[in-house]
Amino acid sequence: MKLTLSPSPHIHSGNSMTNVMWTVVIAMVPALLVSVYFFGLGALLVTAVAVSASVFFEWAITKYLLEQESTLQDGSAIITGLLLAFNLPSNLPLHIIIIGALVAIGIGKMSFGGLGQNPFNPALVGRVFLLISFPVQMTSWPLPKVLNFGLDATTGATPLGVMGEGLRNGESATDIMNQLPSMLDMATGAIGGSLGEVSAIALIIGGLYMLWKKVITWHIPVSMLVSAFVLSAILYKINPDLYACPGFHMLTGGMLLGAIFMATDMVTSPMTPKGQIFFGVGIGLLTIVIRTWGAYPEGVSFAILLMNGWTPLINRYMKPKRFGK
Amino acid sequence: MSLKTFPKGGVHPEENKLSANAAIEIIEPQEKGLYAIPVSQHIGAPAKVVVKKNDVVKVGTILAQSGGFVSANIHSSVSGKVKKIDVITDSSGYKRNAVIIQADGEDTWEESINRTEELLPNVTVTADEIKKKVSEFGIVGLGGATFPTHVKLAVPDGEKAEYLMLNGVECEPYLTSDHRMMLEKGEEIMIGIKILMKALDVSKAMIGIENNKLDAIANMEKIASNYEGITVHPLKVQYPQGGEKQLISALIGKEVPSGKLPIHVGCVVQNVGTAFAVYEAIQKNKPMLERVVTLTGKSVSKPGNYMVRMGTPIEQLVAKSGGIPEDTGKLISGGPMMGKSIASTEVPVTKGTSGVLIMKQDESRRGDINPCIRCAKCVSVCPAGLEPFLLMTFGEKRLWDRAEQEDTMDCIECGSCSFVCPSDRPLLDYIRLDKSKVIEDRRKNSSK
Ligand code: SF4
Ligand code: SF4
Repeated sequence: MKLTLSPSPHIHSGNSMTNVMWTVVIAMVPALLVSVYFFGLGALLVTAVAVSASVFFEWAITKYLLEQESTLQDGSAIITGLLLAFNLPSNLPLHIIIIGALVAIGIGKMSFGGLGQNPFNPALVGRVFLLISFPVQMTSWPLPKVLNFGLDATTGATPLGVMGEGLRNGESATDIMNQLPSMLDMATGAIGGSLGEVSAIALIIGGLYMLWKKVITWHIPVSMLVSAFVLSAILYKINPDLYACPGFHMLTGGMLLGAIFMATDMVTSPMTPKGQIFFGVGIGLLTIVIRTWGAYPEGVSFAILLMNGWTPLINRYMKPKRFGK
Repeated sequence: MSLKTFPKGGVHPEENKLSANAAIEIIEPQEKGLYAIPVSQHIGAPAKVVVKKNDVVKVGTILAQSGGFVSANIHSSVSGKVKKIDVITDSSGYKRNAVIIQADGEDTWEESINRTEELLPNVTVTADEIKKKVSEFGIVGLGGATFPTHVKLAVPDGEKAEYLMLNGVECEPYLTSDHRMMLEKGEEIMIGIKILMKALDVSKAMIGIENNKLDAIANMEKIASNYEGITVHPLKVQYPQGGEKQLISALIGKEVPSGKLPIHVGCVVQNVGTAFAVYEAIQKNKPMLERVVTLTGKSVSKPGNYMVRMGTPIEQLVAKSGGIPEDTGKLISGGPMMGKSIASTEVPVTKGTSGVLIMKQDESRRGDINPCIRCAKCVSVCPAGLEPFLLMTFGEKRLWDRAEQEDTMDCIECGSCSFVCPSDRPLLDYIRLDKSKVIEDRRKNSSK
């Protein structure tokens, strides 16, 4: 009988990194399914390419550049790939996806030292790089067409794009709303957009699942959505012709995808509840500011990346309350 | 109504109270058996041996005298002959001086000790006499920390005790010795509480019991109704509620300031088992020479609770519970969260041995360490409000002063952070390193 001698604690919760990662993957399935339903096989293809490319680059970089042991078993490369795909149009040419994965993994993650070290959300680093390098391909969105298994979808603008364009041309927000898909379509996902962002309902189901599994807490998503809602509501109250209504902001673009899956990324978000609320509020406000006054119709990615940059400072100044102090 | 608990952090490991229904069994000393009684079974200075080889001792004979104010007397728990005074390895893994007695099998007790089962409810002694006797009879806290009880009863000048708090929480998984004591020795515990209240001159005593021991709560409530000022408080099950500061904040919502003692907020905390020992010391003149030990584990055929004499080799308890299982990988003195792993079954039971946990091979391994994914789980479970991931980083980088600035000394070593980390990071190992280095530095600086 060989007795192990080791310091306490002698038991473990059984919670593992692999569990955490798989829970996130499962939470993304509903949104992926909706996307296949509306955008057809293109969505599946983009996702498959983004995931395999991310996994491949992580493997290749760890093995040949860093000469370290494989880190694939932690599953984080799969999540980066999935999140990247969720932020891309479903008709994006494959070589662009591969470039995006290389940037996400190579620059967004490995250049900082790999899992846990990266300050910015890797998938968003990839997405923003593509948005700047391939603006045309990244903003031509296939329009939803139920169960279309060909790859020949027609393309058009997203509701956010239409809104931005219309407002610039001096149309009133209310009129533009009338030309857009209904709120119901926005909730189910029958709208143009990145493949993972379109269905509010599917994203919320995934979010609830992660909350239930305690992989995320409510602080970031709720504070981000509430602050975005409040700011857009104030603007809408001031002039409904110039500013879109808050419901529109909630349901379009990457708002929910960002709130539920991107801003909650553990590595790049603050550690304490108060820090998380500060972070969430920051993202929510910045998103509306960028959407309303910025050059791009969408602001979630930039807002999250900006706040990612603040995370180390937030962690330094918003510490947990020490017991007895 | 939602149950009270402490305000911050905490975890809820599987309770595994396998021995909760096993009544306390007495293990008698064995004739010719060797009983190694360490002179240091408490926090503080070791006691000084006052017997020598071949001395004949009875049960209750003093073996070693307290070595200072924070120290405690040590008594013989068997009758027989002092075989030698030797160095042994105790359950903390340290080498300690111990008086080794060969039992004569007669089990002769000192005449002054009242060995009857009769309940003696009338407290006639004065507060000063109580403190003196508690010290004389070597009473220390039985919750695991083994702090000498007379020290806690000596309220420092300028402070005033308002509450006596009784720790019946037993938040460690597996352990059931306090639970059984509250079921089987409730009256004695209650009288012990009355004695402690008198010693401290307080009129309020609160017994905190976690809500997974409904029978103990009911029993203690029933008995407490006959006592003035003693109330029972069911608490939500949450580890580490048995920590003194956590218990106080659960019961009265006050936080003991960092670096201060409970008396600073008018509280003195004692374990329920200690209250029983106080009863026996004051009413029956009995020194602290035996205690209840839980012997348990998933592979143990008959988990149980045993009243055993100090110095009894753990082997004897293991034998009672059906022997050591084949696939045993770890032996722990105490519970799985804060207990110490021990190297052999020869280690003796001492005042701090609340339980012995046998773990299987496959339960004994630690997981492979992965990178920190900054999930903040360790931060959210820390009852002290610390950032364990950060303290570990400082430990790895040998930045002890940074760790000190981030309050590493406030860590109560509950292990919740390591327990919960999905990357299996040995957070507490590094925090202990931080703490020991900070103490070392402080010592160096003060001697300069
Ligand atoms: S629980 Fe572990 S992985 Fe999570 S933040 Fe703490 S140390 Fe890092
Ligand atoms: S840092 Fe200390 S007090 Fe906090 S959870 Fe870890 S062991 Fe417990």
